[in-house]
Amino acid sequence: MRPMSTRSEIPPSAAVLAVRAAGVHRAFGGVQALRDASFAARPGEIHALAGENGAGKSTLIKVLCGLISADRGTVEIFGQQVRRVVEPAARRRLGVATAFQELSLLPDLTVAENLLLQDPPRGRLGLVRRGRLVPTADTILRKYGVDYIDSRATTADLSVAHRQIVELVRVLAQEPRVVILDEPTAALPDRQVEWLAGHMRRLRDAGCCVIFTSHRWREIEQLADRVTVFRNGTQVATRDRISEAEAVTLMSGRTLAGTYPDISALPVGETVLRVDELAGGRLRKVSFDLRRGEILGVGGLAGQGQRDLFLTLFGARRAAAGTVSIGGEQVVIRRPKDAIRVGLGIAYVPEDRKAEGLFLPLSIRDNVALATLSRRSAGGFVRRRAERSAVTSISEQLRIGGGRASNQAVGTLSGGNQQKVVMARWLLTDARILLLFDVTRGVDAATKHDIYQLVADLAAQGKAILFHSSETEEIANLCHRVLVLREGRISAELPGPVGDADQIVAASLKEASDA
Amino acid sequence: MRDLIGRLVPTQAGLGYIVLVATAAAYLIVYTSSLGRFPTSFDYLSILNTMLPLVFVAIGQSLVVLTGGIDLSVGGIVSLCVAVTATTVTGTGIAPFGWLIVVLVLGAACGAINGVIVAAGRIAPILATLATLSIFTGLALWVLPVPGGSIPSVVRNVLSNPNVPTGLIWLGVAIGGWLVLRRTRFGMRIYAVGSDETSARAVGVPAGRVKLGVYALSGLCGALASVFYVSTTTAGDANAGAPFILTSIASVVVGGVAFTGGRGSALGAVAGAVALTLVIDVLFFAGIDPLYQSLFQGLFLVVAVLLGTVATLVARRRRAAA
Repeated sequence: MRPMSTRSEIPPSAAVLAVRAAGVHRAFGGVQALRDASFAARPGEIHALAGENGAGKSTLIKVLCGLISADRGTVEIFGQQVRRVVEPAARRRLGVATAFQELSLLPDLTVAENLLLQDPPRGRLGLVRRGRLVPTADTILRKYGVDYIDSRATTADLSVAHRQIVELVRVLAQEPRVVILDEPTAALPDRQVEWLAGHMRRLRDAGCCVIFTSHRWREIEQLADRVTVFRNGTQVATRDRISEAEAVTLMSGRTLAGTYPDISALPVGETVLRVDELAGGRLRKVSFDLRRGEILGVGGLAGQGQRDLFLTLFGARRAAAGTVSIGGEQVVIRRPKDAIRVGLGIAYVPEDRKAEGLFLPLSIRDNVALATLSRRSAGGFVRRRAERSAVTSISEQLRIGGGRASNQAVGTLSGGNQQKVVMARWLLTDARILLLFDVTRGVDAATKHDIYQLVADLAAQGKAILFHSSETEEIANLCHRVLVLREGRISAELPGPVGDADQIVAASLKEASDA
Repeated sequence: MRDLIGRLVPTQAGLGYIVLVATAAAYLIVYTSSLGRFPTSFDYLSILNTMLPLVFVAIGQSLVVLTGGIDLSVGGIVSLCVAVTATTVTGTGIAPFGWLIVVLVLGAACGAINGVIVAAGRIAPILATLATLSIFTGLALWVLPVPGGSIPSVVRNVLSNPNVPTGLIWLGVAIGGWLVLRRTRFGMRIYAVGSDETSARAVGVPAGRVKLGVYALSGLCGALASVFYVSTTTAGDANAGAPFILTSIASVVVGGVAFTGGRGSALGAVAGAVALTLVIDVLFFAGIDPLYQSLFQGLFLVVAVLLGTVATLVARRRRAAA
């Protein structure tokens, strides 16, 4: 852990900025991620960075923490200019600690090893005392009130939320002077968001500079002392207070009319999917119907079996009991391949973009077209023209990467745009049933709006959609019906659109008190 | 108790030990049924001295593979160091040991060159070490154009004494060296870089220095292997290193080190190396024509890796069920 003495290095004068970036340029291939970007944050403030996906927030953060170099421009930490080289270790010595959006935990290491990688407990000979790793890590976790994560566990085995918490504890434990949190709450359940907010305020009150990004405007309003809005790789405003409507206008350069599409007008057809007493994992005898053109929401408190329901339907998890029928015929789904097979046509879009089979070095076009290669090839050769026109029309519909850049590698796209690529891929297939699991996680407001519209369009095309989101508001507004899961059972069914998220929350809690 | 059972269930990491036990059992069975008696201490000693070079190369290779790289140049480094050892390590008293140190430095330096090319030049390890493999092999031929040279008996007695199991000490040193390395910060960083290099860099791990370190250590291990090789065979050959390329990689694979890096242990690779050495004896006593040796070694490798894959799948199932 960083010795407390570093605190005394903070210059007493409040005039010194904690972080100052000026005239920063950075390009990835042909894409200018940052152009003449400037940013300043003071010690003792919580400073929010707002902007759409691809506005340059994540790139700025990577430049600030030294993970990538700027092509031009200067960065100062507490008045000290840092060299324009890739050197996270040196930035760390200056007291900068960063929690990244794509988690920087090492998957094969244990939680304890991840927490103590840079400063393990050592004995007299300077050798790491491996026996002390777990107790030391437990002490650190408990110091930050985290007693529910086993520090002996391999990090890859943790849930996304728990990995995020470990990542945050790793950052907090460095006792930094500048804390940068990129989308820290995207993977966190509400209770842990409160936990994090408490620590952010504590750090601010101790004179630390806290910089964070979030796509949940409520969090920015509640937490931030100041907000800097980014658009197209440069800052457009820095304010003490900013309304959501104004921020959306600043971020997108356009105004959003009605956040959610009107789904009540969409017709619902015959039953496509029937689930009968399905069990397995956390699921305990779940039964429901999903109809053609219907968006069926799956809500409830976090971890009540929602994930198991989606994984079981997709064949990524074996059902322990129960039956699934599609189009009136009972089917057996043992593995994802069965689910994708033409005839069943189940498609699953999960929330973890890194793990959902995007080929990062390949172009948008190749990624979108991959699932349907066979339908657009003749004699083993891909009919490039047919492929291009199909992909281009869909890319335009989704507004991916500005339309014309379908040669761009998916790896250079922002998270929200990557999510759109995945959805576009399924649009081109014959999938009749879409399982959308928390697809808007970590996606900015404007892109979320696009995704809502897309979900409604898919339903209008006659796809049957099972929809889960960690943001209950989305379930409340975007679904024809809402199933509330509690302890693996359906505890309530609400007719939609519910409109008011509190009704779903109340339903999840009410059952809890009855039980 | 449940922990203990969990540890005994085969996993990919435990693969090397299981294969080793199976191979040792096969060795005992084939030996006794072909000669009608149990192996003697002479047999064990000869196995020990034969396997030491591969054990060292396998340890070095496993370090590189743990970072997600591969070192093909071990073949060249071993050839070069064998050539240098056979030609320079002469005389009596302390002098030959001074030359041994020179050989070790040479090996580490060759490895460091690989490290610089991979880390600073950002060239794929397989390409970088393929190129240096040719360079080092060429240098070896220049040093020792025809097989020959010698090794003083004083060195031989210390390293691989044909009568006393001094090799056990060196095997202990090799394993001890790994256990110490595992407990250094560098050791932790090897796993970090192999697990996810970008993330490791992001949390401040100097990935370049770690890579430089593992390639240099692999070179050092190659040099150690050469010294033991010359000591056992009492002569040098500028092509001595070539077989070590495949056998060291095979040892690492059989030893359960993940080829993507981040998972496994050099101890597994040691077990793999011992098993691979034993297989040759098993084939010999089973009366199989030495011409078909590489065929059966290859089959052995495939079966061992298949076992590892199955073990991994079973472990994943179990974890998913838990």
